Amino acid sequence: MIVELGHFCLVLAFVLSLSQSVFPIFASNSNFKQLHSITLRMSLLNAFCVALSFMSLIWAFIVSDFSVSLVAEHSHSSKPMIYKISGTWGNHEGSLLMWILILSIFGAGLALTQKTMPISQKSLILGIQGSIGSAFLAFSLFTSNPFKRLSNIPLNGNGLNPVLQDIGLALHPPTLYVGYVGLSLAFSFAVAALLTNSFDKNWARYMRVWVQIAWCALTLGIGLGSWWAYYELGWGGWWFWDPVENASLMPWLAATALLHSVIVVEQREQLKSWTVLLAIIGFSLSLLGTFIVRSGLLTSVHSFASDPTRGLFILGILIISIGPPLILFAIRGPKLKTDGPLVLVSRETALIANNFLLICAAIVVLIGTFYPIALEVATGIKITVGPPYFDATFNPIMGLLLIIIGIGPFMIWRQGLTPKAKHIWTISVGISLLTTFIFIQANTSLSIGALAGISTVTWLGATIICGLVIKVRTLKRNSKSDFWQRLIRLQWGMWVAHFGIVIFLIGALGESVFKNESVARMHIGEEIQIGAEKAKLKSIFTRAGSNYEALVATLYIFDGQDNHIGTLYPEKRIYPVERQTTTEAGIRHELTHDYYAVLGDGNQTDGYTIRLYRKPFVSWIWFGIILMASGAAVSALTKFNNHKKSLKALQS
Amino acid sequence: MSPKSNRLILFCVAAAFLISAAALTLSALDENIVYFYTPSELDKSEIGSRSIRIGGLVKKDSININGLTTRFVIEDATSQQTVIYTGVLPDIFRVGQGVIAEGKFENKFFRANTVMAKHDERYMPREVAEKLKEQGVWQGEASR
Repeated sequence: MIVELGHFCLVLAFVLSLSQSVFPIFASNSNFKQLHSITLRMSLLNAFCVALSFMSLIWAFIVSDFSVSLVAEHSHSSKPMIYKISGTWGNHEGSLLMWILILSIFGAGLALTQKTMPISQKSLILGIQGSIGSAFLAFSLFTSNPFKRLSNIPLNGNGLNPVLQDIGLALHPPTLYVGYVGLSLAFSFAVAALLTNSFDKNWARYMRVWVQIAWCALTLGIGLGSWWAYYELGWGGWWFWDPVENASLMPWLAATALLHSVIVVEQREQLKSWTVLLAIIGFSLSLLGTFIVRSGLLTSVHSFASDPTRGLFILGILIISIGPPLILFAIRGPKLKTDGPLVLVSRETALIANNFLLICAAIVVLIGTFYPIALEVATGIKITVGPPYFDATFNPIMGLLLIIIGIGPFMIWRQGLTPKAKHIWTISVGISLLTTFIFIQANTSLSIGALAGISTVTWLGATIICGLVIKVRTLKRNSKSDFWQRLIRLQWGMWVAHFGIVIFLIGALGESVFKNESVARMHIGEEIQIGAEKAKLKSIFTRAGSNYEALVATLYIFDGQDNHIGTLYPEKRIYPVERQTTTEAGIRHELTHDYYAVLGDGNQTDGYTIRLYRKPFVSWIWFGIILMASGAAVSALTKFNNHKKSLKALQS
Repeated sequence: MSPKSNRLILFCVAAAFLISAAALTLSALDENIVYFYTPSELDKSEIGSRSIRIGGLVKKDSININGLTTRFVIEDATSQQTVIYTGVLPDIFRVGQGVIAEGKFENKFFRANTVMAKHDERYMPREVAEKLKEQGVWQGEASR
């Protein structure tokens, strides 16, 4: 019964979305003004229906209702409860429903907040959201209905891919989807701006908050994904330039560009048409990401049971949602142009450079990801483009961007530099050269790329720290009782996010340049060397898990003085229901490095294959990502509050 | 400086950057493309010492493990290729499994630096499945 209710709600949501997308058109006729407020309410009702529908699907998974085809295919009664719940979106149909849920929540979020926005604008934006929603609801209902019943009810389900039976599945997809789908709102803002031919400061201010929320979630989502890959796949890395990773990186790059260009519109009313274009591209790239993950065009841990009609459907949605807005942009975009004076040494120029580099990076990733597919379609030749391509192209572009990140914040709007900017740069160059010199002295085998990375990151870190110190000191000197208020008003969001990049890069560089790796076939009692430390295989034992059997190795880590500093427990798990084996890495996190062990195949007589890594600073990668996301969150929150305050001031 | 000349400078810098980025991308693509072959398509004279991928099924009784080094044969309908790999094999590496080995030729042996097989037992690398279907040795989805 509950399943039918969910199905019914989904159909209802489809009808609501359709009407939500056409009402604003009629409302433009002055006789039907009230349709605007009806659109707002419909978006709330829509979100409510989709939420009910999603909850009933979760219910079906919780009670293991195997009469529902989706549950029978992807769940099992012996699965722990948390994985029954998160398994709801561990498959195509369920994750699509989650996508729709988030889309409708964003719509409802807009309907409930930003009360000062003219209602005609708001309903138009919600109308565009509604049309995206209807397309995806149609996709769900007609090609991937999650509530389909089975006539022959199986006794038990097929179970969930063991790799997905992890807390990562509960966190990574929802967060990533909030990011992907959040960009839809920026898209709707942009299309509405084109339709009404108006895009000004206020519009940019409303839009910016949504871009920041989406960017924050997208950053966290990608970070969670890479963290999950790091500890779950047992490959020892955190980023593999896998096409599906690239599919999430491209919208991230576009969203980062958008996050910065929308500030230029807000502050200077420049880059308007470019910002609109970026918003369209950003959402198109997240649709493209969904498309290539779902279409089965790519082989990856992410490809769920794929089906060509589904791929084609998403391709259709993609073409419909990119095509008309781009045509509209071609017609209306130039009218949004504002030719203000542009001075070379100004914040605007730095932000333009930022956008330019980010888009170049996105194009480079796009080429590396789609060239193999295009070549295969055109000639039938099968190729792959591996990490060396991305290292050779993406990294230098990002290196240049790092320099811009160190320069831009010390330039001011219109023209000029902040006080002492040149001092800060000089000091930072000194610190960077000194650090690089120390590294060269300590380790002569470092590559040019590694040294360039080290010097740029040190420079960037130094500019941020020096810049903040000088800013706070000047503030203290120039202000009396209002010091704290003025301190809060510094652009902390930006500084935190930029410093997050530094922390992230320390992790990425440490991991790639200074890691140690050993592989050996070990008998119990044997030792291998890893960097300055060594590891001893103490014992191998079996352990029964909730729905798996595990073979566990106990590895003692000793430092140079033979002190026992930690123990690793890498596992090999056998899941009888799914008849699959997975590898669970044994990881010991420390602030400055991780030890990471993988248990391979073997037996008592021949020994066991053990792969061991020592990864300096690897956890800083995720600290950095958290800082970057927090920066965006801080910025979104303060904007929101400032906006509220200025409104109150206006009203009183 | 007038705004116009500023724009010109920006434009020139951007153009110069774009050209060098394009050149970098093309050369990086040219150097880092990895072609995919099945054993019967291999033509060693053509491949030389390039890095390539070979995909097919692991031949019966061909797995020979010596310490960390594994020697096995990848086969398709007509041909076979011996592969040598040192390191940890994927969890589900076994006879009859579809695998992809990436590496280079050293004389007549193929020395792989990575061997890929997927976690899902139903899974077959797409390239392998397609080639095997073409050659008619595909046995359908593995029975569950």
